[in-house]
Amino acid sequence: MNPILQSFLLIQGVLIGLMTLAGLLVWIERRLLALWQDRLGPNRCGPFGILIFVADGIKMVTKEDWIPPTADKPVFILAPAIIVVTALLSFAIIPFAPGLVILDLNIGILFFLGLSSMGLYSTVLGGWASNNKYSLLGGLRMSAQMFSYEVFMGLSLMGVVILSGSLNLREIVEAQAGMWFVIPQFLGFLIFMIAGLAETHRLPFDMPEAESELIAGYHTEYSSLKFGMFFVGEYVGVTLISAIIVTLFFGGWHGPVLPPFVWFFLKTSAFIIFFILLRAAIPRPRFDQLLAWGWKFILPLALLNLIITGAIVLARGN
Amino acid sequence: METAFYIVAVIAVLTTLRVVTHTNAVHALIYFIVSLLAVAVLFYLLGAPFVAALEVIIYAGAIMVLFLFVIMMLNVGREQDEQERAWTRPGVWTGPGLVSLVLLGILGWVLSEREQAPVQTHYVGPEEVGIALFGPYLIAVQLGALLLLAGLVGASHLRRHERRTVMSEERPDTETRETKPLPGGRGGAG
Repeated sequence: MNPILQSFLLIQGVLIGLMTLAGLLVWIERRLLALWQDRLGPNRCGPFGILIFVADGIKMVTKEDWIPPTADKPVFILAPAIIVVTALLSFAIIPFAPGLVILDLNIGILFFLGLSSMGLYSTVLGGWASNNKYSLLGGLRMSAQMFSYEVFMGLSLMGVVILSGSLNLREIVEAQAGMWFVIPQFLGFLIFMIAGLAETHRLPFDMPEAESELIAGYHTEYSSLKFGMFFVGEYVGVTLISAIIVTLFFGGWHGPVLPPFVWFFLKTSAFIIFFILLRAAIPRPRFDQLLAWGWKFILPLALLNLIITGAIVLARGN
Repeated sequence: METAFYIVAVIAVLTTLRVVTHTNAVHALIYFIVSLLAVAVLFYLLGAPFVAALEVIIYAGAIMVLFLFVIMMLNVGREQDEQERAWTRPGVWTGPGLVSLVLLGILGWVLSEREQAPVQTHYVGPEEVGIALFGPYLIAVQLGALLLLAGLVGASHLRRHERRTVMSEERPDTETRETKPLPGGRGGAG
């Protein structure tokens, strides 16, 4: 087949798949939370309530798209688009199966880190442009939180880079044929998962939107499809972090019997469900606790992990 | 490839101009971010993907966030726009503008004098950057680290001083009993 047509089809497939998944995740999350909290959850609309995301979508599209008169209009409109674009762009470097990757980039990990730090502007600018004190507080929290957790998000990945000797995600997956990196890099995996949670600002790290303190934080003033874009961005972000964890620490597409793509999909789904379980299980910490914990505990731990990994690899090499 | 280079270069120049001329601080900052992203693309096109990635992660992703953080804290509004407009009257920027024009002219003259060398896209991967940084340029990396450490110690010291003054202001009764150390306050020089 024509390579241009092939990559075009792949891009379309990934986009459509992700958008559907983001919609479905709303339903999955609500049903699972209900299961763990001994409730029923949405079960009226369609079989097992699965059509609830269609109903949600119709509601979102038909609602009034309101922009506060005091808001900074261009920035207010720009903000929700950034998070969706950066989250979707990051999927370009993820190898779903052998040969099934949109962009085989030799600085893949850096591409992901750069896009995730760009995604931050969405919430921060959204919070600022709303011209609302709760939104502004949410945006401020977001910038401080992301800035702190980004530092060791990068550091925790360096252990994997040292072991595989590459920044290319495809080569990292191929290097895990013998052993998944979660075994030698368990500490790195834990740190990356915590940083990923903070990066996607999901519970228990959802201080930027903390409903009990800030109404809805940075998206208090957003309605209709603009709110929907923040929502989609969040779910695509969760999928992205899960996919990156699987690629870097859990062997990507490697697995017996089943075809590679199915393995990738199963592993990613398991992590998404784990993130939803975390939301149900852990309460939200205080904001200053979160920052102090990040800088005083996790950052030294990430540095220690890097030094030990480097030392072991160096000793073995000699 | 070359067309892409020129398009991105024009974007970089135009956005940087907007950074200087815009009166709204946050809008200027967004233009600045776009300008940095354009420069990152230039680096990538010139065969330095690692530097491009660092440009995005460090400059556009981290330093600009700090700028934005400070601007959000200061709560700049319409009054600041007016103030900015008053500060950038023609009389204020004609002098610097003329001097910069002279520099631009000299740059153009120097470039036209030289032999037109074709763009040499020697690819520099992440490994080569790492080997260069931790090989011949190790001393520069260490000096940079020392500078950052000094900044870190300074920030920590400022924060500590502030905490102690806040504590003594909150408890006026402890001021009278000077001999008793503050509960939780760390002894020694602060």
